[in-house]
Amino acid sequence: MFVTATRGLIAATVLGVSAFAAQAQDFTPENPECIAPANPGGGWDFTCRQVGKELQDLGLIDKTMQVVNLAGGGGGVAFAEVVNKRADDNDLIVAASSATATRLAQGAYPGNTTDQVRWLASIGADYGVIAVSADSEIETLPQLLDMIKSDPRSVSVAGGSAVGGWDHLKVLIAASAYGIEDVRSVKYVAFDGGGEAVTQLLAGSVQAFTGDASEAKGFVDSGDIKVIAVLAPERLEGDFADFPTAKEQGVDAIGANWRGFYAPGGMSDAAYDAWVKKIGDLYASDEWKEIMANNGLAPLDLQGADFQQFVQNSVSEIQDISREIGIIK
Amino acid sequence: MDVLSNLGDGFVVAFTLQNLGLALLGCFLGTIMGALPGLGPSNGVAILIPLAFTLGLGPTPSLILLTSVYYGAMYGGRISSILLGIPGDEPAMMTVLDGHPMAKKGMAGEALSLSGIASFVGAFIATWGLILLAPQLVKIALLFGPAEYFALFALAFATLGGVSSTNQAKSAFAAMLGLGLAMIGVDTQTGVPRFTFGEVHLYDGLDFLVAIVGLFALSEVFIFLEHRHGGSDASTGQLKLGRLTPPLSMIKQCTPTMLRTSLLGFIAGVLPGAGASLGSFISYSMEKRLVDKEGTFGKGDPRGVAAPEAGNNAAAGGALVPMLALGVPGSGTTAVLLAVLLSLNITPGPLLFANNPDVVWGLIAALFIANFMLLALNIPMVGIFTRVLMVPPRILMPVVAMVSFVGIYGISGSSFDLLVMIGFGVMGWLLRKFDVPLVPIILGTLLGNTMENNLRRAITIDNGDWFTLFDSPLALTLWAIAIIGFIMPLIVGRVVRRKMHERGDEEGAISD
Repeated sequence: MFVTATRGLIAATVLGVSAFAAQAQDFTPENPECIAPANPGGGWDFTCRQVGKELQDLGLIDKTMQVVNLAGGGGGVAFAEVVNKRADDNDLIVAASSATATRLAQGAYPGNTTDQVRWLASIGADYGVIAVSADSEIETLPQLLDMIKSDPRSVSVAGGSAVGGWDHLKVLIAASAYGIEDVRSVKYVAFDGGGEAVTQLLAGSVQAFTGDASEAKGFVDSGDIKVIAVLAPERLEGDFADFPTAKEQGVDAIGANWRGFYAPGGMSDAAYDAWVKKIGDLYASDEWKEIMANNGLAPLDLQGADFQQFVQNSVSEIQDISREIGIIK
Repeated sequence: MDVLSNLGDGFVVAFTLQNLGLALLGCFLGTIMGALPGLGPSNGVAILIPLAFTLGLGPTPSLILLTSVYYGAMYGGRISSILLGIPGDEPAMMTVLDGHPMAKKGMAGEALSLSGIASFVGAFIATWGLILLAPQLVKIALLFGPAEYFALFALAFATLGGVSSTNQAKSAFAAMLGLGLAMIGVDTQTGVPRFTFGEVHLYDGLDFLVAIVGLFALSEVFIFLEHRHGGSDASTGQLKLGRLTPPLSMIKQCTPTMLRTSLLGFIAGVLPGAGASLGSFISYSMEKRLVDKEGTFGKGDPRGVAAPEAGNNAAAGGALVPMLALGVPGSGTTAVLLAVLLSLNITPGPLLFANNPDVVWGLIAALFIANFMLLALNIPMVGIFTRVLMVPPRILMPVVAMVSFVGIYGISGSSFDLLVMIGFGVMGWLLRKFDVPLVPIILGTLLGNTMENNLRRAITIDNGDWFTLFDSPLALTLWAIAIIGFIMPLIVGRVVRRKMHERGDEEGAISD
């Protein structure tokens, strides 16, 4: 007991000192601010609030992170604001996710592109799942995709995002990996959020569900739905360990809804490096691991240049598939 | 009985000094937020989330605070509807129709206290419904596929004629205008932006809060400006308070109304996506169909105040059912509450009642406590609220304008929304000149998207076959009610309409 307490104390001291050292040698945000490009309550909002709170609890920032909700245009209003008005603000970070990359790729932020901002780091990913209701005859992903292949009209797939949104794209990535040539024939029905889509799966209105692992969790625990594929490179931990990946079933498809941050394009290098390090330290902490586990986030550890590269790659991948289904020309 | 012992445990959880204090604080703040035009239950809850987190409250106390705010805001919305004719939030819109005329007749006190009682009845019944039926009610939600939802919304619009007492054609025009405005934004079924003119602010569509505040509050200010030299102001002139408690006969007259609409509102609340606005809307128009023999609805009939208030508060309780039992929010506010639950590491869903009984039953007990507190708060406070009426318009109107601007900017932080709000204000002013009712516009904007999406989902699922809309017994029933609701007034309504003509049209469009 005494030993662990002492250890904890030492760890805390070391952490504190290293944090202090990091701050002393370079940039410290004076008024840290996080823009959540959506209304309170959504994923982006909680990314800002949770990260802001943990950064302060861990002593990585001295002041409370101010969270500003700047909703509109699916994040486009915030993106334009950062690019046009706050391009050299060193105290500002903005919450982002796969949805941001999807909209950038499809030109849904008029006049804005990926390289107008600096991508900081990821804080985790929510892997995609494809599920059917518990009493469905479908057992595996190839079985579902065969049905779509032979008669696309017989299978409706429900998801929580709009057509062309991330939930839709995930199922198309899987279909195209399986060799379905005309992915436009896949029948996708858009609902307002994953919960509503699962409800319609249970009601029998649709045959399959595409969404994030965290959205499906409650219904997997209760045994109402059956996950036939996880779109992750390896099996997930915890409750989802029993479910096969798409890759195991011979469908080479990965769909990760990542969460992370970008910063204004004109942010100084010192500030950029400091923010990257702070979020990296946060990601490495045990406290964050616990938050990730509780919120169904899987690991995705990318910072600075790696993250920048990752976002650019996923934007071009999304552009390819969007072109195929005719969302962009 | 199992339920009662669980509920008893819940009260043990809720009856701590801290939790009672939080409930009281939540009720008070919620009532104020609900009363301010623009700030509704969903922003009220959202604004207080940081407070709950910074106080370091555990899951149950946080939920008690936030649901008290939720119920409080549902009560509070009626205050400005009745006193100013400006709905405090979306669900309180229907209360304007009869509440404001009552206030103009010098019965503001009665209207406020009666609606407080109606709110209590609605919320009380809904909380019992939540306890007894939550697990079973999930099955009702599962009966509703996209086709059934579309039929339900069609029913709501088919009975729309009941909402406006003046001119059917004008209210149809207003509803169409609202539906048209709902088209603005990215279409979720194809991902294509419609009527956005490349303006990124319009991609998410028009925020109906902005529309409501512009149409009701700002147009009120414009009308005041126009009349300021005339000296006589029709809508906010000298009003008498009236008595502060409703006479027993009025309560007696309204009791069947309150019971019927509580049930109806509760069911509307249980359906995900329908929510409190639809609850109060359907409650009002159904009740008008049922009991409005003399054509007094829309002219200050107490039953017209009791119906939407009981309906929307019952719907607020009903909306908690799918949130807790399915993890699917039934309204905007429950969507915010859902996010709070998730951040507290509680996964709502089929297993919530089994895994976190202390949270669920503590929450339900807190709802009862909040409900009684609100009743107790609202009846004596009627006197304070009615003082608002004594404020002369030359002071009140600038305050309304200020609250509108600050409120909308505070929510969205976007000056574009302020411009949209001014646009709606001018539009509201013009439409009032033409006697076009404003409520159907908001209903069209509010419900249009969901209605369209469900139609398109139903059609997509059945590969373009329109007959899917009449495929299930439930859908057929809903269509039958819709058709009867639409045709009946055309036949029976002739007599009523003649009577209405005799009474004259003294209210003008403001009462709509």
